[in-house]
Amino acid sequence: MVVGSKKHKICRNIFITLGVIIVLIPPLFVFWWMFTSALKTPVDILSPVPKLIFTPTWDNFKEVLQQENFLRYMWNSLVIATFATAIALVLGLPAAYSIAKYRQQKLALGILVARMIPFVSYLLPWFIFFRKLNLIDTYLALITTHLIITLPMTIWLMIGYFEDVPDDLEEAAMVDGCSRVRSFLTITLPLVRNGVVASAILSFIFSWNQFLFSLILSGPRTKTVPVAVFNFISFEQINWGGLSAAATLIVLPALILTLIIQKQIVRGLTMGAVKG
Amino acid sequence: MPDWALIPWKVVSSFMRAGAVANKAEVKTGIWHKLFTHFDQHLNWYFPLPAILALAAIVAFPMVYNIWLSLHDWFLVSPIGPQWVGLQNYVQMFQDPKFWTTFWRMLYFIVGALAVQVPLGLLLALFLNQEFRARNLIRTIYLFPFAATPVAIALVWGMMFNPELGVLNYFLELFGLPRSLWIASEKWVIPSLILVDSWEWTPLIMIITLAGLQSLPKQPYEAAVIDGASSWQIFRYITLPLIRPTLVVATMLRSIDLIKTFDIIYVMTQGGPGEASETLYLYTYKTGFQFFHMGYGAALVVFVFALVLVFNLVLARVRR
Repeated sequence: MVVGSKKHKICRNIFITLGVIIVLIPPLFVFWWMFTSALKTPVDILSPVPKLIFTPTWDNFKEVLQQENFLRYMWNSLVIATFATAIALVLGLPAAYSIAKYRQQKLALGILVARMIPFVSYLLPWFIFFRKLNLIDTYLALITTHLIITLPMTIWLMIGYFEDVPDDLEEAAMVDGCSRVRSFLTITLPLVRNGVVASAILSFIFSWNQFLFSLILSGPRTKTVPVAVFNFISFEQINWGGLSAAATLIVLPALILTLIIQKQIVRGLTMGAVKG
Repeated sequence: MPDWALIPWKVVSSFMRAGAVANKAEVKTGIWHKLFTHFDQHLNWYFPLPAILALAAIVAFPMVYNIWLSLHDWFLVSPIGPQWVGLQNYVQMFQDPKFWTTFWRMLYFIVGALAVQVPLGLLLALFLNQEFRARNLIRTIYLFPFAATPVAIALVWGMMFNPELGVLNYFLELFGLPRSLWIASEKWVIPSLILVDSWEWTPLIMIITLAGLQSLPKQPYEAAVIDGASSWQIFRYITLPLIRPTLVVATMLRSIDLIKTFDIIYVMTQGGPGEASETLYLYTYKTGFQFFHMGYGAALVVFVFALVLVFNLVLARVRR
């Protein structure tokens, strides 16, 4: 009996270890392949048998960073994502608070629908509109459209956090003569600050990753990094080292931010549509 | 939480403190005080108002404009403005053979992707529902595929798909399988795209399903063990029926996203080779932004929107 269960345990351990390895290979392989290709010389990359051992070189990264105004595009992405996130917080936090506190379910539903609408539906009218106003290739156009992603996401995430705050705390403050606005700002908001950070980061990631809006509404001055890299690939001769280095540089900020908010990211994503 | 994240909060709270001091001043009857009190008493109106106005401007306006536009004929580049044509664009849509091919292609892509992702996601979730040490590590790593920038992911997969030098063909040969053209072949382009999409999104189904599994009640399992049920019987007659609602929700969420798949297809194939990977969503995009046929494009947009809305209504019903 004892021997049997021990045997069973070993079997289970082998099964689990094998499972873990099989399960981890697909996601890790792609990222590993991207990163190692970025460190290879052109000769190593194009070797018909993939090279596991090679002398790493930073040339690809250097080349990408020097060429094509890459840093400029990174900066554009950063500015647009930051503003889209900040505005979404300013507008979204009071709205989410109100929806949670006054149980404004219809409003919540409306916001969910706004999130689900395919992005192409926004693109056509906004393109015509911004074109008429000569606002194509401005930060204004891009930040406005990125709000379509960040605002509903912020509100939806924050409703959950505000609902978790017990009403008693604010009521006690109000008995002491505190205004509602003040109790929101000084009592409730500090309690949900983890949620605020999570929704800010999540908004930032999705604005950073956004491709479609920038593809149409940006130009040489405001091009964001995904569009810039897409163009840089299609117009130049295939340069896998540069491609991998550029891909690594785009992906890295998103992955680092993901690590910070592991738990909340799932909450943010399961609200419905993830991309548009 | 990092300190820098608190900076905006500190700014706001110092403002508030200043406001509170002003509020406590003797003048309790001034016009500002009255306005503030009115505002304070009606937060349920004033708090959501800015967000509602913003959403009305950025979300509702485009939708209304789309519907208006879909009733007109208009090439963006032509000097003549939009011409009223009534429902002509919708009639044209249902007679347009390309609309139907791209529609069926989209369905092929959606059904194919779901057929891979849902069973695989369930399987992964069942595996991760066991107790073992690496579990949290796996769960963290499984966030990466869908948090990573899709354009970058598409570029890397495009590189791996290369028929001559791509690493995937190397693997196929290693296992004695024939090389594939992957996204360069009309026949294999959709399955290849399904592969990429599944790589990105199966983890999400796994995570949703895992959360569902962990919230299941314990009692039925205890009873089944006492009754001597086999693991398969437990899965088939207890786990599967209990987890089905979660799976349905995950399936619906993915279907909505799959309708709207753009980034990976556009970056890797732009609808090619030929038109072999042009889904309805890409066709809509191209009608508007490559052929500048705005009116017809708007009609397609309205159709895609209606499709997503139907899925959403079903989802809302399922969730309840």
